[in-house]
Amino acid sequence: MIKILLFAGLKERVGKPFLTWEETPMTVAELKEELKKISGLENFSGIMVAVNETYARDEVIVNDGDTVALIPPVSGG
Amino acid sequence: MISDRFNIVEEPINVGEVIQKVVHPNAGAITTFIGTVREMTHEKRTVYLKYEAYIPMAVKQFAVIEEEIHSRWPGTLVAITHRIGELQITDVAVAIAVSTPHRAASFEACRHAIERIKEIVPIWKKEHWDNGESWMGDQKENVAGRPRKEMLE
Repeated sequence: MIKILLFAGLKERVGKPFLTWEETPMTVAELKEELKKISGLENFSGIMVAVNETYARDEVIVNDGDTVALIPPVSGG
Repeated sequence: MISDRFNIVEEPINVGEVIQKVVHPNAGAITTFIGTVREMTHEKRTVYLKYEAYIPMAVKQFAVIEEEIHSRWPGTLVAITHRIGELQITDVAVAIAVSTPHRAASFEACRHAIERIKEIVPIWKKEHWDNGESWMGDQKENVAGRPRKEMLE
């Protein structure tokens, strides 16, 4: 099982602080496709993905127990 | 273990404490950047701000920024404290202190730190106005706050 953390506008739009997904392993790209179906989010452009607190490209493999986070464009500082 | 020079806090920032963290016998200069909450943005009046962070990753990204600074300006010490939660106009949102052997590098490295915070650190700001609110998504004005390709695994 993996946890997908949501923040800021994404968290508000989905209505929860995280989603879970059972099927692993899969690539970040594949996970994004699945998330589109379960989250109601259609557009992932501008959203980065982090796996275990590190930015990850589409080809990175997500394994059972990993923590994924969807990072919308940041605005700290 | 991430250094205690990198923090996310919910209470008001003590800037003097942040500066103390980079005091060093080999430092000849300390430069600070203090980000404060401003009221007007174009014609929009902010009533208050709310900051949210992916805390463990934000702290890691502060350390990544310090690594970048080390490779360009050796001998530098960096401390960053960012506040989250509800902030009022004039509150300090972020304090950065950078110490270097010689002063030129301290200005440059300090600037690098704040510019990179606005690109790669998972912290988000929501502006609350009289008649609405919105998460900000592009603090670099022209380029969305996204890390460059070389940062990706």
